[in-house]
Amino acid sequence: MSTHTLSVLVENSPGVLARVAGLFSRRAYNIDSLAVGPTENPDISRMTIVINVESHSLEQVIRQLDKLVNVIHIAELKLDESVQAELLLVKISATSKNRFDVDAVLETYSASIVDEGADYMTIEATGDAAKISDLLNALERFGIRELAQSGLVAIERGSGSLADRTLSTQSIPTADSGQADYQN
Amino acid sequence: MSKKMSGASSLVQSLESAGVDVMFGLPGGAILPAYDPIFDSKIRHILVRHEQGAGHAATGYAQVTGRVGVCIATSGPGATNLVTPLADAAMDSVPLVAITGQVPSVAIGTDAFQEADIRGITMPFTKHNYLITDPKDIPRAIAEAFYIAGSGRPGPVLVDIAKDALQKETDFVYPKELSLPGYHPQLEPENQFIKDAAALIAQSSKPVFYVGGGVIKSNASKELMQLAELVGAPVVTTLMALGSFPDSHPQHLGMPGMHGTVAAVTSLQKADLLITLGARFDDRVTGKLSTFAVNAKVIHADIDPAEIGKNRFADVPIVGDLKRTIAALIPAVKAEFAKNKADLTPWIASMNKLRATYPLGYELPKDGSLSPQYVIERISALTGPEGIYVAGVGQHQMWASQFVKYENPRTWLNSGGLGTMGYAVPAAMGAKVGAPDATVWAIDGDGCFQMTNQELVTCALNNIPIKVAIINNESLGMVRQWQTLFYEGRYSNTSLDSKRVPDFVKLAEAMGCVGLSCERPEDVDAIIKQANAINDQPVVVDFRVFRDAMVWPMVAAGTSNDDIMIARELAPDWDSQEL
Repeated sequence: MSTHTLSVLVENSPGVLARVAGLFSRRAYNIDSLAVGPTENPDISRMTIVINVESHSLEQVIRQLDKLVNVIHIAELKLDESVQAELLLVKISATSKNRFDVDAVLETYSASIVDEGADYMTIEATGDAAKISDLLNALERFGIRELAQSGLVAIERGSGSLADRTLSTQSIPTADSGQADYQN
Repeated sequence: MSKKMSGASSLVQSLESAGVDVMFGLPGGAILPAYDPIFDSKIRHILVRHEQGAGHAATGYAQVTGRVGVCIATSGPGATNLVTPLADAAMDSVPLVAITGQVPSVAIGTDAFQEADIRGITMPFTKHNYLITDPKDIPRAIAEAFYIAGSGRPGPVLVDIAKDALQKETDFVYPKELSLPGYHPQLEPENQFIKDAAALIAQSSKPVFYVGGGVIKSNASKELMQLAELVGAPVVTTLMALGSFPDSHPQHLGMPGMHGTVAAVTSLQKADLLITLGARFDDRVTGKLSTFAVNAKVIHADIDPAEIGKNRFADVPIVGDLKRTIAALIPAVKAEFAKNKADLTPWIASMNKLRATYPLGYELPKDGSLSPQYVIERISALTGPEGIYVAGVGQHQMWASQFVKYENPRTWLNSGGLGTMGYAVPAAMGAKVGAPDATVWAIDGDGCFQMTNQELVTCALNNIPIKVAIINNESLGMVRQWQTLFYEGRYSNTSLDSKRVPDFVKLAEAMGCVGLSCERPEDVDAIIKQANAINDQPVVVDFRVFRDAMVWPMVAAGTSNDDIMIARELAPDWDSQEL
């Protein structure tokens, strides 16, 4: 099994998340995380999907995804060619006794406090999976009360964009559609 | 130019603009607004007795004409009754557009009367689907639906329309062009892969054409004939491809797969090259995948990139329309043959010997009763290769695939992928509507027939004179065969008693058909001729056949094609064959 990050541009239409999630479920593909959000183009959303596959079926996953009419483009983002991050919000037990220790951890991981009270602290951190996991390990000794984590989002390194390269404005004349023979 | 009209009129005008000439359907509350303009439309609407019938009829129509079939139903149960035919069409790549009414948009999500999330339900087995709540979206959705259903790898598309979107006034403008940024079927094959394929073909000394339903979908039979005769290799046609290459052709070895011929199955097993054209390495063809054609390289040509490498690695993948692919292969192969061509003589001789040694056949029942295979063989002989044959699912389907002689594409319809019992009668109805001058025989089982025979009423009332041969072995025959072979003859719930109840002759007559019955071999020809002579009414013949006939050859599910049996506990005599 190996993990791959796919960046998927989809039409921003109702039901598109269900289509993608349903495809993964019915073809028995393992999904680690899925994050959806808007892009620079209001008609297009980006899904970042982390999947766990045998290497031979990554192609299959991509080809099956590509069959969905609302899926515009799929790119695999390799670790060294992309910037990847997830968001962590974690609530820990914190008292006046251990605050100094917590601050030291937060500084190491560039994490910040976004909410706090007499006996708790909510910490926000972003980073790749390894950093988030290390931070959680470091915080464990203070007592983790609750945590929420986003899926991974990723973007290609460099100045180019997926949309620039892939969005075609090619249109199909309907004179050829209807009951015409499309294939010959 | 836009015109003011209701969403319902906009729907019907869109269907007319899309070139629809016939649709099969049944009205209900949510779709009712659409039925008012349908009343005035030039589109022929055939009122079915069950929505499942509408779906399979649209499939039958699409399969014989190559056009997009259309069915229409109301929300909730009307829509869910379309689920089986939509799944069936998805598995067999049939171009369908299904229109369903939906509850009014304000009621969606409230568990309203006759509400069902048909878009959600059908997502897994439609090529695409729509839920329309704004009437201005109707023309574009219809235009896109027809384009998506009929282009690339064909498939079903569902358009669900909320009742208020049908009722509201809108401007009707049929789009002049469509923009589908995520949908670009690749039609033109890549030249490099054509060259690679041609080189492999020239080097191969044991090639086989493994031909699937894609050849029929892309109307590539003529090109296939040219390429096959150029190469000279044996040809096998899958269940979905029967008729794409003539059964009578000397290179044709028959059908591969679970009930294929010994020669066809063995040719794939022993080949050094599979020239795969529009086939998908289905488990019913490959048997145990790890033992399938282990020495063969694979050329895999298909319009759906996701089929390439799905079940079997392709040494040469070719994505494109098959008609264009095969047309491109012909000159490329000629160019390679000018340089070198392996000698196929020993390979062809050994396959021809296998075909001669193990032809399809059957034993006549010892008690003198009617043989089901004989009945089907005679229907074929007396109707001829211009007839259209439509089967249900089970033993009769396999016998119809084996004992009808197919010479032409689009003359054999069956539910190959989903294996839908009850397919035959409604699909035959649709086939007859699409090809009114052809003799259309539904070859059905007594089990299948009892699932969907009510569409014979539709046939009788709408002048759709199909013929139905019920191969009545009073059982769920294929399941019973498996019980015989794998469950020690414990016939749990496979006996239908359909020689006692129902009386198929009376049932046929009650539905406005001619009802005939036959149980003696000597009467078979006369009764088939009588049925073939009737052209103003549907005909049903109850062929009361021997109960224990079995389908052979057989590769048991999950076993290797190498373990093909030609009869119970009888394998081919491999030692006498030089392979």
